[in-house]
Amino acid sequence: MLEITNLTHTYGSGPSAHHALGGIDLKVAEGELVCVVGPSGCGKSTLLRSIAGLLRPGGGQVVINGTRVERTPDNLAVVFQDYSRSLFPWMSVADNVSLPLRRRRMDRRQRTGTAMEALAQVGLEGAAAKYPWQLSGGMQQRVSIARALAYRPALLLMDEPFGSVDAQTREDLEDLTLRVRGLHNMTILLITHDIDESVYVGDRVVVLSKAPARIVGDLRVDLPGPRDQITTRQHPTFVRLRAEVGRLVRGIPAPPAPAP
Amino acid sequence: MRTYHPLDSKLLCGALGAAGLFCVLEAAGRTGLIDPAAFPLASTVLGRAVALLTDEAFLSDVASTLGVWASGLLITFAVAVPAGFLLGTSSQVERALRPILEFLRPIPSIALIPLALAVFSERFDMKVTLVVYAATWPVLINTMYGLKDVDPLAKETLRSFGFGRSAVLWRVSLPSTAPFIATGVRLASAIALIVAISTELIGGGSDGIGSYVLESSGSVDAVQYVTAAAIWAGVIGVLTNGLFVLVERRVFRWHTARTEVV
Amino acid sequence: MSGALRAAARLWPVPVALVLWELAARSAEALTFPPPSQIAASMHTMWLTGPPERLWLTDAALANIPVSIGRLLLGWVLAGIAGVTLGVALGRSPLLFRFVDPLVQFARAIPPPMLLAFFLALFAIGTRMQVSFIAFGIVWPVLINASEGARHVDRQHLDTARVFGLSGRERLFRVILPSAMPKIFAGLRVSLSLALILMVLSELVGSVDGIGFQLLDSQRSYDLPGVWASIVVLGVLGYVLNSAFLAAERRVLSWHRSAKQTT
Repeated sequence: MLEITNLTHTYGSGPSAHHALGGIDLKVAEGELVCVVGPSGCGKSTLLRSIAGLLRPGGGQVVINGTRVERTPDNLAVVFQDYSRSLFPWMSVADNVSLPLRRRRMDRRQRTGTAMEALAQVGLEGAAAKYPWQLSGGMQQRVSIARALAYRPALLLMDEPFGSVDAQTREDLEDLTLRVRGLHNMTILLITHDIDESVYVGDRVVVLSKAPARIVGDLRVDLPGPRDQITTRQHPTFVRLRAEVGRLVRGIPAPPAPAP
Repeated sequence: MRTYHPLDSKLLCGALGAAGLFCVLEAAGRTGLIDPAAFPLASTVLGRAVALLTDEAFLSDVASTLGVWASGLLITFAVAVPAGFLLGTSSQVERALRPILEFLRPIPSIALIPLALAVFSERFDMKVTLVVYAATWPVLINTMYGLKDVDPLAKETLRSFGFGRSAVLWRVSLPSTAPFIATGVRLASAIALIVAISTELIGGGSDGIGSYVLESSGSVDAVQYVTAAAIWAGVIGVLTNGLFVLVERRVFRWHTARTEVV
Repeated sequence: MSGALRAAARLWPVPVALVLWELAARSAEALTFPPPSQIAASMHTMWLTGPPERLWLTDAALANIPVSIGRLLLGWVLAGIAGVTLGVALGRSPLLFRFVDPLVQFARAIPPPMLLAFFLALFAIGTRMQVSFIAFGIVWPVLINASEGARHVDRQHLDTARVFGLSGRERLFRVILPSAMPKIFAGLRVSLSLALILMVLSELVGSVDGIGFQLLDSQRSYDLPGVWASIVVLGVLGYVLNSAFLAAERRVLSWHRSAKQTT
């Protein structure tokens, strides 16, 4: 459903130019949860902004469900890393969640209903009347996720969504993501720099190189479901994949196959 | 990716904007959209403004107003900064004086002009006194505010090395309050100019830009003279403000750098 | 109750200062510094000796105080509307900003009293002249603050609005204006206190009614307690306007203060 072909982008020009993307080719099937992992500053955000239509890439193209992305597509939502800058502090939680629904031709009642439903899905039905800044960081990020869910996007982009919360909250939010992914048959592209997270959450892990970013690995994650924080992380497949992704991210060649 | 575009230049755009306004006004006057009898042509006003540069009466009026402005600001600085420090460092003094200040502050300084006319016989003294009264507020309040903003950790650091109160005041409180004082003085400079000119307009007298405007507003070409004088007053405003901004940026580079990061 | 008591306890220096002033003025007998009791008496005769059915307000009070407040508020509202509209337009359009910014900086630097003569020459003496003078003189703080606020909307807020497909209207009213609101309020507050000053100035120079006119009238007839009475009324007016504005700001911007505190 998402098809990226030979995507390149360069910031600035001349000797100070920064080549962020060096030709990315990626296909994501419908309903898949793909994690994109790479070293920090490698161009992950540039990739995301190009897919979301927030940035016009220097070359190549992004196609979603057969339509080339020229401006922000209708059927796409983003959960940003910095929830405090993405939620609007002057609106209540419910208003934040229902704001994008204005585009969905719903009347006020339907909007409120859909927003409340989405808030219930992330376990925040009690916080609807509060303001975002009255909530903890993890709760704010759950509001962001609820906003995306209520919008019913075909493609959900998550940009380092759990990068600004503590470890415990992070695990809760990872599990929340796994729980809600099945709700609306969404395709999810999650960008992260955390190797463990990418293996734990993803159906597939795509590894980017340092800037200019290229895809250096594309691994299928075959972990038995349902996943949970303790047993999944001890699973031999998890351990193996984590090591492999770690090597790819750091650019270390694979060790010679162990002698039989 | 972006190539250089002439419209990227701030200077060029600004010049074009000003020239554009001039042309629009000139055209409006020439086509009769604005009656040239009621409002003179833009070129006439500009010509008058240039002519004022060689008008000795006007120049001496400007000098007189600037004299009031400068002496007022100097006295303000000498009075308001120590007062701000007194109020900002001693909570007893602050508690005793704050309610009275809160009652005095909302009184528009312009309203004191008729009273000052009755009190003072010397015009220069009257103008300077009013300027000082009005300009004191921003300096005083910024000084007090700046003192509240001093990092307690910096003070404690110095105290832990055995420095006394006056050393802390001199080495920590004063430098970290200085940028606030500078902002206060910049605001005060604009207020001082407003009060000086207002006093000249209301109090009569024979020198100062205000009096010049008052005298010429009786003539047939009143609008022409008044607008030309206003243009020069604007230039003075831009220059004095620019001067203070420049000094602030130079002297307190560390402060702007810090506030931009935070 | 305890709050009121604490406020009363905090305000003790005011009566002390009044008593000291009273004693000093009585012993000095300076014509220009009448004792507060005399000023209060003068305020009473000037404004509060009318018929009871008009709340004891005199003709002078009804003829002067409402016009002054009306001019001030009308000028302020006009400046607010014009300043926010133009400021947001300038803030959202970098090209327009580059063209107009020098003109704005220049217009703002002109001391408003210089404009008074200009407006006097253009319009006849009267409310129209005063309101346009006040509005033109105080529009700049609002305009400049609104344009700053609109320019520095968080990029992520705008990205979010784009991703969720908000229309231009929604972006303006639900994202740009609210996030520029703290700056706009700061500008409006400066303008309000400037409006009071310019109102007085315009009434001192070209007017046939208003508090400023009454002030000048008292001065011309050497009624010094009357001069002081008008000054006190203007001070009270300034205090009330500022307090009312702060109360409104606290309500509208409650999210801003709290959001700042927690992050």
